[in-house]
Amino acid sequence: MATASAAVRRDWLVGYAMVAPVVLGALAFVVLPLGMVVWYSLHEWNVLANTFTFVGGENYQRMAADAGLADALLASLWFSAGLVVLNISLALLLAVLLNQKLPGTTTFRTFFFSPVVVSLVAWTIVWSFLLQADGGINGFLEAVGLQGPNWLRHETTAMVAVIVVQVFKSVGLNMILFLAALQGVPEELQEAALLDGAGAWRRFRSITLPLISPTILLVSIITIVGSLEVFAQIDVLTGGGPGNSTTVLVYYLYQQAFRFNEFGYASAIAVLLFVIVLVLTLLQWQSRKRWVFHEV
Amino acid sequence: MSAQHPHPESRPRRRAAGAAALAAVALALTACSGASDAPVGEPGTPSEPVELRMTVWTADEAQLALFDEIADEYVAANPDLVSGVTFETIPFEDYTTKLTTQLAGGNAPDLAWVFESNAPEFVSSGALVDLRPKLAETEGYALDDIVPSSLGLWEDGDGLFAYPFSNSPFAMFVNTDQITKAGQPDPAELVASGDWTFDAARDIAKATAESSGKQGLVVRDFDYQTWENLATVWAGWQATPWSEDGTQCTFTEPAMVDAMTWFHDAVFEDGALPAPGTTADFFAGDAAMTITQISRASSLDGSFDWDVVPMPTGPAGAQNVIGQAGIGVFAAGEHPDVAADFLAHFTAPENAEKLAAYFPPPRQSLLNAETLAAANPNLDAEQLQAVVVDGVEGAVTKPAHKNFAKLSETVRAELDALWVEDADVEAVLADTCSVITPLLED
Repeated sequence: MATASAAVRRDWLVGYAMVAPVVLGALAFVVLPLGMVVWYSLHEWNVLANTFTFVGGENYQRMAADAGLADALLASLWFSAGLVVLNISLALLLAVLLNQKLPGTTTFRTFFFSPVVVSLVAWTIVWSFLLQADGGINGFLEAVGLQGPNWLRHETTAMVAVIVVQVFKSVGLNMILFLAALQGVPEELQEAALLDGAGAWRRFRSITLPLISPTILLVSIITIVGSLEVFAQIDVLTGGGPGNSTTVLVYYLYQQAFRFNEFGYASAIAVLLFVIVLVLTLLQWQSRKRWVFHEV
Repeated sequence: MSAQHPHPESRPRRRAAGAAALAAVALALTACSGASDAPVGEPGTPSEPVELRMTVWTADEAQLALFDEIADEYVAANPDLVSGVTFETIPFEDYTTKLTTQLAGGNAPDLAWVFESNAPEFVSSGALVDLRPKLAETEGYALDDIVPSSLGLWEDGDGLFAYPFSNSPFAMFVNTDQITKAGQPDPAELVASGDWTFDAARDIAKATAESSGKQGLVVRDFDYQTWENLATVWAGWQATPWSEDGTQCTFTEPAMVDAMTWFHDAVFEDGALPAPGTTADFFAGDAAMTITQISRASSLDGSFDWDVVPMPTGPAGAQNVIGQAGIGVFAAGEHPDVAADFLAHFTAPENAEKLAAYFPPPRQSLLNAETLAAANPNLDAEQLQAVVVDGVEGAVTKPAHKNFAKLSETVRAELDALWVEDADVEAVLADTCSVITPLLED
């Protein structure tokens, strides 16, 4: 009937009108730039010389032979591995501790969460002072009779320092997510297990962990993706050094684009980064059925 | 220029949409703008007066006020041409990066200050327009008054792609309070007796640091990152990072090995210079001496007694080093003709004399103690003669190369291995050469 189909048609229009802002926004600010990065990656684009030449897959071939890129990937791997392991285990530990009904837990929760709302660059600059050879940390170590290293000037300690600074900055957010999940674990399940004679560890492993596994999945995805995006901390603390030990992938991309004016090559690296993040996220998503409780 | 543009029909400021996709894929995304490398000519009167924009790295209010004053005169004299000139400060540390980002965004300024280190890159890229015809034909400009050696970095063939408005010698600032307290000889007297050497400076720095508990000698803005600032020290050994034509690495030459060994030992054995990861600001009274440009004298607030003396001599004798900065006009700017006309006004003799208050000009007629004294109340005529006038004479600039951005970063990463106590200087320098040789030949 004509009136019914007109009504359907109107519903259809209203529906599209309602989603239009977000669809257009996503197209303009996500899909289009992504497509353009891919397009740029097929060009040699030197901003200064004002050259924009189609070179096909040359930038991708160059990546394969670029030792600096290999180093950057390795640095990213170390950073991400260190950050994810430290961050998630510390966040879970804090969440379990602060899930107890004891006086003062709210204060501690606030204390551990507060770095999350501090400006990233301000946080990092304060740490850069603390980590100096004659900074606060070594001053403290000296007071207790220890000689601290020059944290940001040795390859291993610089990477450790960058990881720890980032863990302290972001562990609060993961802690809150875990806390919320822990509070959703039904009390009666714990009590039942207690009556069956299960110890604390057994209850944690067999009841708590499976029930908070969806949150563990979420937290690991955002932490891994976040770890691959680290930039400001590196820029402020080490500038990619000493040597190239903390030149992670994003920092390498930044150098290629904004320091060396190689926007085409940097775009190719950006595509690589996109693929890495996509693949890691898909892998975790695919593997969820094996270990995430709600997916069983 | 063999530039190919995605939109050859569109002249400047063709801007494409740009935004971050994933936060990580944060490239500013814009199409590139067209440019011409034809020399600029007489500006035709635009249909309406234009706004010019010049990027600078100074945030000093007195300097910016002087620029505004000079610009206001120009605007008043050329109301049909220009409605205003904006001086946009970009912080020193990220200056070139932010400038090229503006270029990438199709938002080129009309004029820009350019660091000497980047000069060959900017000059050879075709990003700047040739100013020589404009400056040569401008009445009263006296192009031949400009010291020819000061133009070397900014020329390519017959073209002149920037005007070296600042030629500021490096000198040694001395905190005489701290040195006297430590019972050390006065550097000015050592200069007079001909004993002002790098070794003497190191010994004074070491003894003063031990006595004051502060730092000795600071090579300002080096911070174990901006290695090119060490050129002020290497000069005493006549050491350079690469050959004059920029094709050969010379980090392994005996002069450089000696200079770097001296520096390394002064830091790690003598403690005469602050070790990596230690910050010390001479102007805040944290150090006994500092090597920096004379233009920094304005940072002295009278909280301690100070002096400024020429750079010490090294084993190879005395070598003056200046820090240069140029002003260029971007081909990709909206009004290169008008911008070049403004530059000719901004740097004409009468304005160069005003600018001399902060930036020693490259003009022979102005490089004398009287002119500079009128503009630099912090320094007496003797200091100006010794440090500025004599300092510009036969001076070398800091290292520059057309591939400088990559070289700077690569050398920084390699030299990091040198800034540890037990470093093998020769091995590190050999590694540096093997890594940068392909970049020099690029």
